[in-house]
Amino acid sequence: MNDFLRKKAAIENKDWAVEANGLVKAFGDKRAVDGVDLSVRAGTIYGVLGPNGAGKTTTIRMLATLLQADAGSAQIFGYDVKKDPQLVRQLIGVTGQYASVDESLSAMENLIIFSRLLGLGRAEAKRKAMELLEEFGLTEAAKRPLKHFSGGMRRRLDLAASLIAQPPLIFLDEPTTGLDPRTRNQMWETIRRLVSGGSTVLLTTQYLQEADELADRIAVIDHGRVVAEGTVNELKQSVGISSLHVSIQNGQYMQEARLIIERVLNVQSAVSAEGGWITAPMADADKVTDLLVMLREAGIQLAELSVQKPTLDEVFLSITGLDSELKEDKAAVASKTNKKEAYV
Amino acid sequence: MSSTTMKAINERKLRNKVSFRESVRQSLTMAYRGLLKIKRTPEQLFDVTLQPIIFTLMFTYIFGGAISGDVLSYLPIIIPGILVQTVITTSVVTGVQLREDMDKGVFDRFKSLPIARIAPLAGALLADTVRYTIATTLTFTMGYIMGYRPDGGLGFVLLAMLLVIVCSWAISWIFAFLGVISRTASSVQGISMIVLFPLTFLSNAFVPADTMPTLLQWFVKINPISHLVTAVRDLTNSGTIGWDFTISLIGAAVIVAIFAPITVRAYMRRA
Repeated sequence: MNDFLRKKAAIENKDWAVEANGLVKAFGDKRAVDGVDLSVRAGTIYGVLGPNGAGKTTTIRMLATLLQADAGSAQIFGYDVKKDPQLVRQLIGVTGQYASVDESLSAMENLIIFSRLLGLGRAEAKRKAMELLEEFGLTEAAKRPLKHFSGGMRRRLDLAASLIAQPPLIFLDEPTTGLDPRTRNQMWETIRRLVSGGSTVLLTTQYLQEADELADRIAVIDHGRVVAEGTVNELKQSVGISSLHVSIQNGQYMQEARLIIERVLNVQSAVSAEGGWITAPMADADKVTDLLVMLREAGIQLAELSVQKPTLDEVFLSITGLDSELKEDKAAVASKTNKKEAYV
Repeated sequence: MSSTTMKAINERKLRNKVSFRESVRQSLTMAYRGLLKIKRTPEQLFDVTLQPIIFTLMFTYIFGGAISGDVLSYLPIIIPGILVQTVITTSVVTGVQLREDMDKGVFDRFKSLPIARIAPLAGALLADTVRYTIATTLTFTMGYIMGYRPDGGLGFVLLAMLLVIVCSWAISWIFAFLGVISRTASSVQGISMIVLFPLTFLSNAFVPADTMPTLLQWFVKINPISHLVTAVRDLTNSGTIGWDFTISLIGAAVIVAIFAPITVRAYMRRA
C-alpha cells in the first residue's frame, strides 16, 4: 500500500523519467548517435535494443551525464543533463557495460567507498554495504578480491553499487551480456524487483528475448537513430502478419504448390533453407480454407501445416540489419511486377 | 526498508553544490581508496624503494671524489639533491597511474556520482604522498648509512622532508594534468621524463652551478628545482629557513593554483 502510494506520488509529480530530444554525438567523422529521441515513463522498464555499435552505450552515457551531447537536449525527471548535471546525478544510478567497480579491491571495500562518497557515515556505510551484499547474495565473497569474481557476481556487485543512494532511475548498459542463462534469469528477477519497488529502469540490450521479457516499451536503435519505438506487441504488429508454413508430402509438386499458394493468398512465397517448407505471409486467415481446397483439388498432399506469429527477431531484422536489403528486395519485386505486366 | 525500494523524487532534497567540507571528505575517501590499492599491490612501490637506494649509492660514489674531493664531504651536497630528484621523479607515476585508472570502468561510476569533480583527482594525488614519504625516508636513511650527519638536526631534517613532500605533491598536479589529457599511460611517462630530465639535471642538485657556462648558470639559478634543493640544504645542513624555502612554497602554491583547476576542467571535459 505504502509502495503503491509512493509510486503514485512519483508518477503524479514527474511523469517522465527521461525525455531526450534529438541527441547527437559524433566521434570524428562517425556520428555515433544521430538524433535520438527517447521518452521513458516513470516506473517502467524501457529497453533500448540494437546491434553492436548502434549507439546504445553512447546514448546512455549522454543521459547519465558521462558524455556531453553535441546537439539536442535531455531531461531526467525534468532536470536538464547539461544545465544541472549535479542534480541529475542525485537521481540516477549507472551500471556500465563492463563492471564499474574497482578490480583491485574487495566487494565490501568497493561498496563502503561508494557509500562514503555518497555521504554515509563510517558505520552507516558498513551497514549499507552488508545489507546490499546480503540482498545480492554476495555475503560469502565479501572479502575476496574482485579478480576472483565470476562475471555474474561482478554484475551483481555493480548493480548493488548503483543502488546505494536508491536512485529513482537506473541505467543498465547490457546488464546480462556474457552471463550464463541461470545468472541472467537472476538478473532479470532483480530488475523486475527494482521496478516493483518504484524505480524506473532504462536498459540496453542486444538480446531480443531480454527486451521481450522485461521491457514495457522498446526503442530499436540502428546507426545512431531510433528506427522503431513502441510496446513489444506494437513492434510485432508493425512487421505485421503471421506467416503460414506448409510442407508437402511429395517434393516434386513444390513449384505447383507455391504457385497455388501465391495465387490464392495473393502474396510472394518462399522456400525454407532446408527446402522442406513453403512459407508465406498470411494476412487473412479465412483464405487458408480456400487454399486447402485448391491444394486438395490439385492433388497435392500436405505433410504439415502451421501458423507462426512474428518473433521479435523478425521485427529486429526487418528494421535494422536487413533494412537496406529489404528496400532492394522491394525494388526488385517492383521491377519484376512491372515486367510481368509488360508481358501481359 | 529494502534497498531495492526507491524513494520518491519529491521526498529527496536535491542540492546543486557540493560544499567545501564535503569535497574534502570525498577527497579523503578517494585517498583511502588509493591507499587500499597500494596495500593490495605492493609491487607498485618497487620504484620508490629501489630508486633512492640505487641512485644515492651511484651518484655519491661516482661524483663524490671528483666534485668534493671525497665521498664524505660530498654527502651534504648530494643527499638533498638526490632527495629532490628522486621524489619528484616519483611524482610522475601519479600521472601515469591516474591515466591507467581513468581508463577503467570504475571511473565512470565516480563521474556519475554526485560528488565534487576534484575528489577522484585530489584523492589519488593525496594517496601518493605515501610514495613520497617512503622515497624521502629511504634517501635520508641511505645517506645516514653512508655517513651523512646533517648539522641541522632531526627537527630540521623532518621539516625538509615535509617541504619536499609538499612540493612534490604540488608538482604531481602537472603530471596529473598530463595524465588526464594524454591518450595512453606510456605517453604520460614519455612526456613527463622529457620535462623532468632537463629540470632536475640543469639544477644545482648534483654539481655546484659556478662550474657551468654562463647561459646554463642563468637557467640553473631560475630553475625552481634549484631553489628547492637549496632550501633543503639550508634546512638539513645549517638548520636555517631562507628565502629559497619561501620561494619553493610559493612555487608549489602557484603550480597547484594553475594546474588543479585546469586538470579538473580537462577531466570534466573528457567525462
